[in-house]
Amino acid sequence: MLEIKNLHVQLEEEDKKILKGVDLVVEPGKVHAIMGPNGSGKSTLSYVLSGRDGYEVTDGTATLDGEDLLEMEPEERAAAGLFLAFQYPVEIPGVGNMTFLRTAVNAQRKARGQEEMSSTEFLKVIREKAKELKIDAEMLKRPVNVGFSGGEKKRNEILQMAMLEPRMCILDETDSGLDVDAMKLVSDGVNALRDAGRGFLVITHYQRLLNHIKPDVVHIMSDGRIVKTGGPELALEVEENGYADILGEVA
Amino acid sequence: MALPQAKLDATETRLAAMALPSGGAWITAARDAALARVREMGLPGRRDEYWKFTRPDTLVEPQAPKAALFSHDEGMPFDDMDRVRVVFVDGVFDAAASDDLTAAGIEIERLETAAAQDIHWARDLYGVLEEKGQYPVMRPLAALNTAYATDGVVIRVTGKAEKPVSLIYRHASETSDAILHHVIKLEEGAELTVLENGPAAARFNKVMEVEVADNAKFHHVRTQGRDHERRAATHIFARLGTESVFKSFTMTVNGVLTRNECVIELTGDDAVAHVAGAALGDGDFHHDDTVFITHDAVNCESRQVFKKVLRNGATGVFQGKILVQPGAQKTDGYQISQSLLLDDDSNFLAKPELEIYADDVACSHGSTTGAIDEDMLFYLRARGVPLKKAQDLLVLAFLAEAVEEIEDEPLRDHITIRLQGWLERHSH
Ligand SMILES: Nc1ncnc2c1ncn2[C@@H]1O[C@H](COP(=O)(O)OP(=O)(O)OP(=O)(O)O)[C@@H](O)[C@H]1O
Ligand SMILES: [Mg+2]
Repeated sequence: MLEIKNLHVQLEEEDKKILKGVDLVVEPGKVHAIMGPNGSGKSTLSYVLSGRDGYEVTDGTATLDGEDLLEMEPEERAAAGLFLAFQYPVEIPGVGNMTFLRTAVNAQRKARGQEEMSSTEFLKVIREKAKELKIDAEMLKRPVNVGFSGGEKKRNEILQMAMLEPRMCILDETDSGLDVDAMKLVSDGVNALRDAGRGFLVITHYQRLLNHIKPDVVHIMSDGRIVKTGGPELALEVEENGYADILGEVA
Repeated sequence: MALPQAKLDATETRLAAMALPSGGAWITAARDAALARVREMGLPGRRDEYWKFTRPDTLVEPQAPKAALFSHDEGMPFDDMDRVRVVFVDGVFDAAASDDLTAAGIEIERLETAAAQDIHWARDLYGVLEEKGQYPVMRPLAALNTAYATDGVVIRVTGKAEKPVSLIYRHASETSDAILHHVIKLEEGAELTVLENGPAAARFNKVMEVEVADNAKFHHVRTQGRDHERRAATHIFARLGTESVFKSFTMTVNGVLTRNECVIELTGDDAVAHVAGAALGDGDFHHDDTVFITHDAVNCESRQVFKKVLRNGATGVFQGKILVQPGAQKTDGYQISQSLLLDDDSNFLAKPELEIYADDVACSHGSTTGAIDEDMLFYLRARGVPLKKAQDLLVLAFLAEAVEEIEDEPLRDHITIRLQGWLERHSH
């Protein structure tokens, strides 16, 4: 479903190459994990896929179900089913969490030619999903992410994902900043969405998350490339020995 | 001090083009005194410090520049609200279009009726707060108004007014030049909400003097919009008694020239004054908020919250001052003026000022100019919110702090919907 071929990306503002030929295919129903040292380009990949400004694609392609992602506006990618749980969720003072989510859900429905969700139905659904993630009603009323703790922000990302029901979910370090219980809640939230039609790309530094969200494939990214791909055992190897061995091996 | 020749000429040219209205004895005296003030001060000129950011020429010249009438489908503000409607067309009271004022449950009279009778409370206020507000900064257009106002209302409230008084200013002639003067008196413990809306005239000069006695509460919500070519210079002069509350909010959209001055004096302890504004400007829009709040009593609170969203070369101006007089201890003064510039062509000019002569006060002020936050915009779009909608959400979020100054929830929602409507009609 998500197909990335030979993706080369550099910064728009300066002549700095960040992605240097990424190849990756995520099949429906599968969970792929990406691990890799700080600064290797993991977040950049997630931003480029979701359409953030500031990057220039110099070569390669990225498609979702055969559609060229790179040609689309960010909102079109979202409507096409792509979702990014941000490494650093943005605070938006003055925009209520509920208003934001309802606007987003209905905008996506409209873009897909579906009927909008009524406010009663929306309330019902969001209350249920928020409860599962232990997000209280008061938090839903607050402005988007404003005054949320690090862990609350991450749970809020998963709530958004649960509401939007995207087909391709990219999670960028959703586990960082989570306590043990929250990690479990978030993982349960993700696992609840796992089904045959949905793909996941989980960026993480820790094997621990992958105990909860069992990956089918693990990739190691280094210096803008996927340098090694394997099964869940690869994550264990990183956990035990760090990246030195793997990177040494491919160098 | 003699006026510079150019100012003198401009002033006399304007005065020669006008006729002092006739009326009852007390108002004639007030008008003559105001005219003397105008002659002494001279009308505003381009070189005046207080008009550094806004050119007064078209407000001063003898003829009002033409302003085309616009109509669109959107209903008029406050339409669905239960209120006492007082309608002026090009600055002239329209009894047929207004509600029955005798049934309003409060004392409300047309200015000319009040002038013909000896209504002592109106006499004691008309031009009085305006005159007081001429110091330390001169406001000659307000004195001109006191001298030449041909219409307006005088309102006196003793209890809690059941319905808001809604002043509706219709614009019918492309060359109309309207001068209205209202006097509002809230007696001890009284409560009143005044609504204002409408373009009023090609050129509009309006003064509202408000006396808020001890424990009284005055709320004011105003919308200025529609006819883009209109020009307006408005003044509010308010005097606040002990534990009284004054809250004024203005929404301005469209308008080649708007100058709103608000002059407030807190004279009784524990009084509260909030003035707020949300302005949305596109193109040759020029909008100026000039506020002067004087703290002259103990433990009073004042807030100024002004937000402007500007695009396509629009200009926003804010001149705001908090003056804390000796002895006005425990003053809590807050002032914020912010602009959101949607492109590089637009301008925000701000002059925030604090002048404090008491030692035990907490005053803060801040002024910022910024663009839409790209990270916020991307976050919204990444969730599927289309660009335009995402920008509008962020614009409304930016204005929220000002809109939240409206205490009444239905009114607040009403204003938010109007702002949304304007945003939807204007593409970025
Ligand atoms: N806008 C930018 N301006 C300057 N440098 C940037 C920008 N975006 C990314 N980079 C650089 O590109 C490289 C890759 O960054 P990226 O955030 O993708 O790494 P990452 O793999 O997600 O790291 P981490 O594990 O620390 O989150 C880093 O060296 C980073 O400093
Ligand atoms: Mg990262």
